[in-house]
Amino acid sequence: MAHDLPYADKASQEMVKRAATEHIDTVWDRYDAQQPQCGFGTLGLCCKNCSMGPCRIDPFGDGPQVGVCGANADTIAARNIARMVAGGAAAHSDHGRDIAHTLLMAASNPNSDYQVKDEEKLKDIAEIYEIKTQGREIKEIALDVARATLKEFGQQEGTIQMLKYAPPARQKLWEEQGFTPRAIDREIVEIMHRTHIGVDTDYKNIMRQCVRASLSDGWGGSMIATELSDVLFSTPAPIRAISNLGVINKDYVNLIVHGHEPTLSDIVAAVSMKEELIEKAREKGAKGINIGGICCTANEILMRHGIAVAGSVMQQELAVLTGAVEVMLVDVQCLYPGLDTVSRCFHTRLITTSPKAKMPGVEHIEFHEDRAVEIATRIIETAIDNFPNRNSENVYIPNHTEPLVAGFSAESVFRFLGGKYRATYRPLNNAVIEGRIRGAAGVVGCSNPNTEYEMSHIAMVKELIKNDVIVVTTGCNAITCGKHGLLQPETAFKYAGKGLQEVCRAVGIPPVLHLGSCVDNSRILKVLSNIVAEGGLGNDISDLPAAGAAPEWMSEKAVSIGMYFVSSGVYTMIGRPLPIMGSKNLYNYLTDEIEKEVGGKWAFEEDPVEAARKMIMHIDKKRKALKLKPMIYEQEFVPVA
Amino acid sequence: MARKIVVNLEKCMACKACEFACAVEHSLSKNPDIIVLRGEKPGHRINVEAYGRNAIPVNCNHCEEAACLMACPTGAIYRNSDKGPVLFNSERCIGCRMCVQACPFGVITISPDGKGVLKCDLCMERLAEGKDPACVTACPTGALRYIDEADESKEKRQKVAQKMLSAQQAAKKEEEAVRND
Repeated sequence: MAHDLPYADKASQEMVKRAATEHIDTVWDRYDAQQPQCGFGTLGLCCKNCSMGPCRIDPFGDGPQVGVCGANADTIAARNIARMVAGGAAAHSDHGRDIAHTLLMAASNPNSDYQVKDEEKLKDIAEIYEIKTQGREIKEIALDVARATLKEFGQQEGTIQMLKYAPPARQKLWEEQGFTPRAIDREIVEIMHRTHIGVDTDYKNIMRQCVRASLSDGWGGSMIATELSDVLFSTPAPIRAISNLGVINKDYVNLIVHGHEPTLSDIVAAVSMKEELIEKAREKGAKGINIGGICCTANEILMRHGIAVAGSVMQQELAVLTGAVEVMLVDVQCLYPGLDTVSRCFHTRLITTSPKAKMPGVEHIEFHEDRAVEIATRIIETAIDNFPNRNSENVYIPNHTEPLVAGFSAESVFRFLGGKYRATYRPLNNAVIEGRIRGAAGVVGCSNPNTEYEMSHIAMVKELIKNDVIVVTTGCNAITCGKHGLLQPETAFKYAGKGLQEVCRAVGIPPVLHLGSCVDNSRILKVLSNIVAEGGLGNDISDLPAAGAAPEWMSEKAVSIGMYFVSSGVYTMIGRPLPIMGSKNLYNYLTDEIEKEVGGKWAFEEDPVEAARKMIMHIDKKRKALKLKPMIYEQEFVPVA
Repeated sequence: MARKIVVNLEKCMACKACEFACAVEHSLSKNPDIIVLRGEKPGHRINVEAYGRNAIPVNCNHCEEAACLMACPTGAIYRNSDKGPVLFNSERCIGCRMCVQACPFGVITISPDGKGVLKCDLCMERLAEGKDPACVTACPTGALRYIDEADESKEKRQKVAQKMLSAQQAAKKEEEAVRND
């Protein structure tokens, strides 16, 4: 069926039409085929945690109000959302573990294809872990850091060290409330235990464990992934690149990398520059080798090497539909099994690489960090060999690309704002204090066919910057912003309010800053902590005029991210509600009462402009509490008192 | 020609999507999230009955000689036309529950909010918009269909015809096999 994606980038609009004429189903078709979706699942009222069930609670009548075991709507909805947090935290943290293992290998194996690329950052992390750096070899420090971070996954004593990046007031609050995570794996395991039949029935108590597990993700697994990736692959610095499906080049061997981890894609990107491989591609009639990224793998190599972004999670099948992709290389997370079906319609070879993520009948070239270059070479050779199989009569590449600037980080924002020699957050804090910038918002997260593709992302971001709220972005929202031209310095003069424009002009940054992949939401935690540390805007993250949002969220990771932002004191807005709406008590707790405990809370609003305005109202509330000056310039949106 | 909700028992998976959709359709907001938050109890008019391990959706048949209608003393249960669906008007209802007693299928039930009864209205509003009843649209397996009675009968006759034919052919084959031996 032909789909209209009226708010999507032009390339996606063209490609869904092509999918329809070629009679190839994509995520949008499969979504339609699933309608109507189960109401019990949507409301979180279906429990299948034991085989006395599955049980459902009747939300609208006098049918059963408890499951076979006696669990009511509150317990069931809480258990279900807790398991989503566990799934999301597990995905991020396992990613972090793999990166830590790679660092361990880089430090202990002299022949490793990986090395420490950012020594400064390694030393910073060593300091947090109280590892001596003075007079020591980099490899020795790296070894200790790798071991110390790996230990945090399974340790039986102590707490997670990177929590120390948080403001002292926040650390104290977590400690007093019993939210300080003990070990990364342990908190996830404990969710699985508590949600087993006949354990934790108190929905608030279950949520408290969610707080702790999510913190072990944001300030643990995810932060380890981000920080150690910076050590291994270098800390990103602002870099220009292009985005959208038009980056696929008909004259080149096209290799698309999709998934989340940088370990493979970073090496593939480097190896693809090798002259002998390029020569081999030429022999097959191509002009060279072209790498494009999808989803967060794209973000990882975009921000470090400026490699073009082919698209967001929902464009994975559209990329293959061009008929010009020789290899679709995937690692982990957000890989649609539907990719296989689409790939079979073309010459495209879909290759899985992670022992954790195989697809039946799909070619698997297992990636091993200790043979990284060898395996990357084999994969690229596979792509080159597949080039002659391309049916050039059935190639359709939409002619749309958009330039962008990516690669901001907690460190580079710092340098940008204060200048190279006097790196400081002071100008940012001052701009907020003086009323040039109203506040800051992190707009992140997935895309989801349950809403008009990209409409919410773009409408929300535009509404925020129009009202002088500076936006930081990660994940698929970042890619969407890039494709729609919001990640360019010139954007400020088109869409931003006057105050934000002035700051962007003075510093030379876009009003929307690309901070990396979804695991890099930990960078936002660090930015927020740095702003607090700079002074003048309160003592805790919850004092800041800031908010977070994931308007088109989809994955369990998004639930964990949302939960760790809430638990870190951030007002967190999502589009479609969490699947908890069958429990009024749980809804009230997560969207209201929890604020008293952690300083942040959830909010649900499907209208993106309305959602942005609620975020601004929260920002205004915090500005008022901090007794900040009124905004210098007249604001587009002024809430009615 | 009259259409009715036809049930194919073999296809029912007991998901209760029909009950859910019925309740949402008969709520004020028609939005599941809001219904829960407001504490509204619209209830469902179709019932997925458990019989042993089987799930049987039972729904109002809008009987021609509707016992509920005849039992109702106030005209709260009524028909707009001879062949039209049997409807319920809560304003005329005095809560005597005669209809509940009279219905041989047990598909008229007391409303969870205590005001009157729950009675299938075939989703008249949806029908006017050219849509099928909410329960039918919600059914993921096609166990519920809103189809023409005559078509249904024809469908059944076709199935019977097919079975008779294959039975006959099988008998013939056997006969031939015996003869050839």
